[in-house]
Amino acid sequence: MSEATATVGAVPTPVAYDEDIVKKLFIATVFWGVIGFVAGLYIALQLAFPVLNLGLEWTTFGRLRPVHTSGVVFAFGGNALIATSLYVVQRTCRATLFGGRALAGFVFWGYQAVIVLAALGYVLGITQGKEYAEPEWYVDILLTVVWVAYLVVFAGTLFKRKEPHIYVANWFFLAFILTVAMLHVVNALAVPVSLTGAKSYVVWAGVQDALTQWWYGHNAVGFFLTAGFLGIMYYFIPKQANRPIYSYRLSIVHFWSLIFLYIWAGPHHLHYTALPDWAQTLGMVFSVVLWMPSWGGMVNGIMTLSGAWDKLRTDPVLRFLITSMAFYGMSTFEGPAMSIKAVNSLSHYTDWTIGHVHSGALGWVAFVSFGALYNLAPKLWKRERLYSMRLVTYHFWTATIGIVLYITSMWISGIMQGLMWRAYDSLGFLQYSFIETVEAMHPYYVIRSLGGVLFVVGSLIMVYNLWKTARGEIRSEDVYEEAPGTAPAGAGS
Amino acid sequence: MATVERDPLTGTETTGHEWDGIKELNSPIPRWWVFTLWVCIVWGIGYVIVYPAWPSLSDYTRGFFGYSSRAELASELAQVKASRAGWLKRFEEASVVDVAKDNELLNYAMAGGRVIFADNCAPCHGSGGAGAKGYPVLADDDWLWGGTLEQVHETIRVGVRGTHDDTRDSSMPKFGVDEALDKAQIAAVADYVLALAGGSAGDAAAKEIYVEQCEGCHGEDGKGLHESGGPNLTDGIWLYGEGRDAVMAQINNPKHGVMPTWEGRLDGVSIKQVAIYVHSLGGGQ
Repeated sequence: MSEATATVGAVPTPVAYDEDIVKKLFIATVFWGVIGFVAGLYIALQLAFPVLNLGLEWTTFGRLRPVHTSGVVFAFGGNALIATSLYVVQRTCRATLFGGRALAGFVFWGYQAVIVLAALGYVLGITQGKEYAEPEWYVDILLTVVWVAYLVVFAGTLFKRKEPHIYVANWFFLAFILTVAMLHVVNALAVPVSLTGAKSYVVWAGVQDALTQWWYGHNAVGFFLTAGFLGIMYYFIPKQANRPIYSYRLSIVHFWSLIFLYIWAGPHHLHYTALPDWAQTLGMVFSVVLWMPSWGGMVNGIMTLSGAWDKLRTDPVLRFLITSMAFYGMSTFEGPAMSIKAVNSLSHYTDWTIGHVHSGALGWVAFVSFGALYNLAPKLWKRERLYSMRLVTYHFWTATIGIVLYITSMWISGIMQGLMWRAYDSLGFLQYSFIETVEAMHPYYVIRSLGGVLFVVGSLIMVYNLWKTARGEIRSEDVYEEAPGTAPAGAGS
Repeated sequence: MATVERDPLTGTETTGHEWDGIKELNSPIPRWWVFTLWVCIVWGIGYVIVYPAWPSLSDYTRGFFGYSSRAELASELAQVKASRAGWLKRFEEASVVDVAKDNELLNYAMAGGRVIFADNCAPCHGSGGAGAKGYPVLADDDWLWGGTLEQVHETIRVGVRGTHDDTRDSSMPKFGVDEALDKAQIAAVADYVLALAGGSAGDAAAKEIYVEQCEGCHGEDGKGLHESGGPNLTDGIWLYGEGRDAVMAQINNPKHGVMPTWEGRLDGVSIKQVAIYVHSLGGGQ
């Protein structure tokens, strides 16, 4: 516990926020982040050089791919969301966590147990076979219990708030927690073969299973990776920029339109499949209409800098946060475009999808998280500022160049792959065999891996910087030139 | 709050709310945002009227022109079929040898055969029929079951150790495992086979074993017999590896490859096309 002072108007009210739990979650975020990124790099290299799977079942692409996806989405992203939401909800409610240290501790340790059990299962070949929902029934049940405890902590803290209104970041966090609970429970419904065995059978079958899976899968993107991280954005951008949120009205309209529309968009993952046409149409239409509600978050995030654009020049932490908004805007435009059936008939099943996911995952989710971590570190460890702002800049550029290499190589590779699949010769025969498309993609796989190397290197620079910050060291370096009349860079507020 | 608070930097009103030092401006929603949202909504309403969209308990709205992705696929496939009908008819009426004699058909068969080969055969035989250990090279003139066009066609059609009633089938006995030959005899006959391959006569005692055990399938001179699928032992091509150890291993406990029966997997016209293509790879007789 630490003593902090929240001010409302002129009346300071001391509240003893629980920051221990946030510190633990902070460390878990960084730890799992590096593991998830390295796993991704390793399997990217396997795609370029298959010999790297070492010929062992535990290190094959099929086993390690879910380690990477769950590692970055649920372990890195999940810990980042729980850390920031528990930090933000206390401060914006002026209340300590509901349920006290015990319940929050259960959420932390329970969630880490879920991650470890899930990853062990993947490597050993225990899987439900549902993308992004691979863990078997015993992990699913544990996750459900942990998640409900998380909901109780979060919602309970909202109930005991001392502020008259609920801050917009908390709307997004609450929507994320509630919806993920619903998605997880419905999608993972399964009957275990025996209570002592790992194997279970999902209750859904056929096209119903496919639709349930993508209702879950797409809303894992929508509510976990979008709504949740918008919650991070709504607190940390105004904090880091020391500026008010651009538009309260926009936040209301885009919140409700986003929440209403996203949940219907899943069928666009099943264009031209056994899914009935009417469901495909609705999935596509909801996805396209979702464009502006998604962009509402970007407008509100970026425009929060109005009157203070110069801070981008001097504050690399803010640069992470604002660049994340740019990548967010780009991928939430690309997404609706790819949901249009004519575009989807080219992009589906190709690397274009992988590029799209990573412009969102690396550019948006990871960057907004990095921004939040850099903002939080000095506050949690009660330091004057970060160890080094220069290292934040190096991290920023290394990671940005890595992302650009990643997504451009996957655009080229994916579109080329799609075009090669549909190319016919003058006699009406397919021009290319499958293996020829794979050969053609090889150089782009190498470039993608190089992008991954840069992203991993950037994250290691961050680890070093955060470690030094936690130890209370300050690197002697030239400070970034300040525009007159602005707050010191990195100090936030 | 009675008095309206304004943000000093932009002059915009705030909402008067504040959380942990964060305030909110009361900026109006950008007009382009509202406009684009409405455009998307209007487009969406139009689209769900024109295309199949709304489910009822037992049916769904069909839209203005009854679009169906299944019907679209069926019509595209029908178009392809119609455009190929003339070709298909000529292929069905011609034997594989006739196809090879008709330049037009031959060109068409080579184009089709290349694609069929790349997607169905190359995974084992390699692109261009380069082969691999255990998977015969198709670009040389060493043929287990014969290298004429008709023989190649038949081998593809029925497969090797496949599921067809007439499938190509041969199986070399497990001389070592079944104790028909002892280790010394296996070594001797392996040396004899290697001598044959090297062009010399070989040991007379070993020849006796060869004549008794091997000649029936591999021929007196070791050049193999296409009828029984006995490989040629004199051409320096070793499907399961070169050298004395590999030959001994094969005599001791032989490996046998399997090629699927393609009749039923590919249609008759496709089998003709891919036979022509394989025959052209370099070793066709």
